[in-house]
Amino acid sequence: MSESTTPGTWIMPRLEPWTVGPVTRTDFVRYQGASGDMYRVHHDEEYAKSLGYPSVFSVGMFQAGELASGVARVFGPENLRRYRARFRAKVWPGDVLTCSSEVLREYEERGERRVDLELVCTRQTGEVAVQASATFVLPGGTDMAGVTAAGSSAADGGETA
Amino acid sequence: MDEQAVGRHGPEFEMDIERGKVREFARAVGLDDPSWWADPQPVIPPTFLTTQLYWQGEASNPWELAGVDIERALHAEQEYEFFGPPPRAGDVLRAQTRIDRVYSKPGRSDELHFVVVVTEFRDNAGELVAVGRMTGVEMRAGS
Repeated sequence: MSESTTPGTWIMPRLEPWTVGPVTRTDFVRYQGASGDMYRVHHDEEYAKSLGYPSVFSVGMFQAGELASGVARVFGPENLRRYRARFRAKVWPGDVLTCSSEVLREYEERGERRVDLELVCTRQTGEVAVQASATFVLPGGTDMAGVTAAGSSAADGGETA
Repeated sequence: MDEQAVGRHGPEFEMDIERGKVREFARAVGLDDPSWWADPQPVIPPTFLTTQLYWQGEASNPWELAGVDIERALHAEQEYEFFGPPPRAGDVLRAQTRIDRVYSKPGRSDELHFVVVVTEFRDNAGELVAVGRMTGVEMRAGS
């Protein structure tokens, strides 16, 4: 597997961590309405307490969605080919989430340049809320508009190809 | 959880990818870049196909298909794979949900029971566009 050798093609952007929140009950409810998952443990405080939880908590797919959005913004949602999220710690109202991504490898498959990313979303406590991976096709041609390009993906500390 | 559920499937259902719904979902997951919205047929956000919940009907409810009690179940993992650029607003998909796998493994105190539910999304020509894989886990008290 090799990196593209064509000079002047798209440059791997620098992947900076980003934060989400403090997340609110409104965020959870907005996500529930948008997704169709209306399970009431995520918005009905009395019900959540009746199950032994201190309050409502987020739908895992909300933070998984936020994590995916951060990298989709950089690589373009049209270039996504795979996204997998594993749900770990629950997310509670008031949490501040820190999301980060790292390049695992860059390679060619079916004539396309691809990149595999490892993603993580952590609570302010350091607990991992979502662990994820994503594969994007890298566009050929010129730099994507609006993307801050870094000179080398090695700057991201990943095991780059 | 029903160990005999593997292969069980819901009926095929139609799913319209609508611009307003795409926008609403994108807003809910923080993907609301204005330049993207200039496109009258925006591509879906990465996890948008979860909105199949609005189209599938009870017969395709993965928890129902697998015989899982939702109050004892957790969403453990979710994956979406796309076989080309993800769908855009204006596309109409045909989808079907099935139980792919049921398995157990030891947890910290009890045995954990997992179910993998797969939904295939096809375009009008019948080509596979995307696959969703949901892994659920049931916590069985005292088992």
